[in-house]
Amino acid sequence: MSNEKPLNCGKCYGASLPYVDLNDLKGKLIVLEGTDGVGRSTQMENISKWLEVKGYGVMTTGWARSPLMGSEIKKAKAGHNLNVYTFSMLYLADFADRLEHQIIPALKSGFIVLADRYIYTAFVRALVRGAGREWTRKAFSFALVPDAVFYLRIKIKDLVPRVINAAHLNEHYWEKGGEGLDYWESGMDLKLGEDFYDSFIEYQKRMLAEFDVMAKEYGFTSIDASKSFEEVNAELKIQLEKILAQPGEK
Amino acid sequence: MPREFEAPHKYPGKLIIVEGIDGSGKSTQLQLLQKWLGSLNYRVFFTEWNSSALVNELIKRGKKKNLLTPATFSILHATDFADRFAQLIMPPLKAGMIILADRYIYTAFARDAVRGVGRDWIRDLYGFAIKPDLALYFKVPIEVSLKRILTGRPTLKFHEAGMDLGLSEDPKESFRIFQTRILDEYASLTTEYGLTTIDASQSILKQQAAVRELAKNMLKDYKQSAFLSKEENVYVK
Repeated sequence: MSNEKPLNCGKCYGASLPYVDLNDLKGKLIVLEGTDGVGRSTQMENISKWLEVKGYGVMTTGWARSPLMGSEIKKAKAGHNLNVYTFSMLYLADFADRLEHQIIPALKSGFIVLADRYIYTAFVRALVRGAGREWTRKAFSFALVPDAVFYLRIKIKDLVPRVINAAHLNEHYWEKGGEGLDYWESGMDLKLGEDFYDSFIEYQKRMLAEFDVMAKEYGFTSIDASKSFEEVNAELKIQLEKILAQPGEK
Repeated sequence: MPREFEAPHKYPGKLIIVEGIDGSGKSTQLQLLQKWLGSLNYRVFFTEWNSSALVNELIKRGKKKNLLTPATFSILHATDFADRFAQLIMPPLKAGMIILADRYIYTAFARDAVRGVGRDWIRDLYGFAIKPDLALYFKVPIEVSLKRILTGRPTLKFHEAGMDLGLSEDPKESFRIFQTRILDEYASLTTEYGLTTIDASQSILKQQAAVRELAKNMLKDYKQSAFLSKEENVYVK
């Protein structure tokens, strides 16, 4: 077996996709990570507008939202018969599709790419489901290393009241036709507790613990997400200014 | 995780797989083997490449509309495999039965490398797959396989001819170039993973005799009991 040399080493976590040209990535890849209900999406929306007002080209990309896989993932999750590998690989296909069709082309055109979740979400979800760190990291090894990862860090006691609020529960129960808490966000497939609440707590605890491990491993910029929207937002903007001040296309 | 397929598995069942390019006659040979094993009263399970309920439709749609890149093509086939592996291969294997698989991980190793993804990456992606007890590679010259395919139907399929790679405008020419590259990959896989090569240009009868001999030899210490009637056939982790 011939081992091909990793192309464009340094931009990816492992070997890049050999047929994809990674030269001339002029833009910046900014990632927002954090568990479910931590407020990533509202921050993303705000930051995106803020950057556009400043004159930057912005492209947002969201986990499990590729044209190829988005609806497929929803369908598959409705079936509840996924194992850790099929679960992870559906997200891997979604990620690869967005990387090749959205992220890399946008970076080449000098856009700021804002990613709502990134490969670290896949890492923690696979880990708590028993895949082990190594397999998932290798599977996603062609991912680009972001210019910054902002981790919206929250403790379980601050997360619970956000997720369990009337509007959210009612929406799930009445409009989505399901239980008040999301089946997968509660890790119900893992049988961690008697009901959605117990399971949610245990599942999110495990994920938060692993996010902390990864924050060190990958050098995330942690932001205290138990603070108000405005405080978190201001902190994000300070951090972003630093990234934007770095050399590159402006 | 180590690559599971690099060392023999520890389960009581047996996994027999066939590999080869399209038109090599491997499916015919596997069906004949299945008939024979059935006649010997073995409980036999069968699974084939790209047939999982989970992503089958998606792969078909993706291929038809040409939505797939080498990476997503590869990942979706691995997803198909992982789904069948967990649902159709592991349970009978743990229960001590015989599983026949028409194409296995080596198909991905060969095709995806030709389509341009990394060889190491694709092996890691399939790292959870076990090593087969018998892996048969049906080796056939391109012209023979081309003739066999075109006898059965009028035209070559887009992806089997590798038309997505833009090798040639002419499907037959594209098929020759694409499948020749796959043959080269299979040649190195045969050495790398010790696949047993069968000369697939021989008669069906002759090949099947060789296949049965190999299967018989592999199964010589294997006894399939009525399920759960003997302790040794129950897999305990």
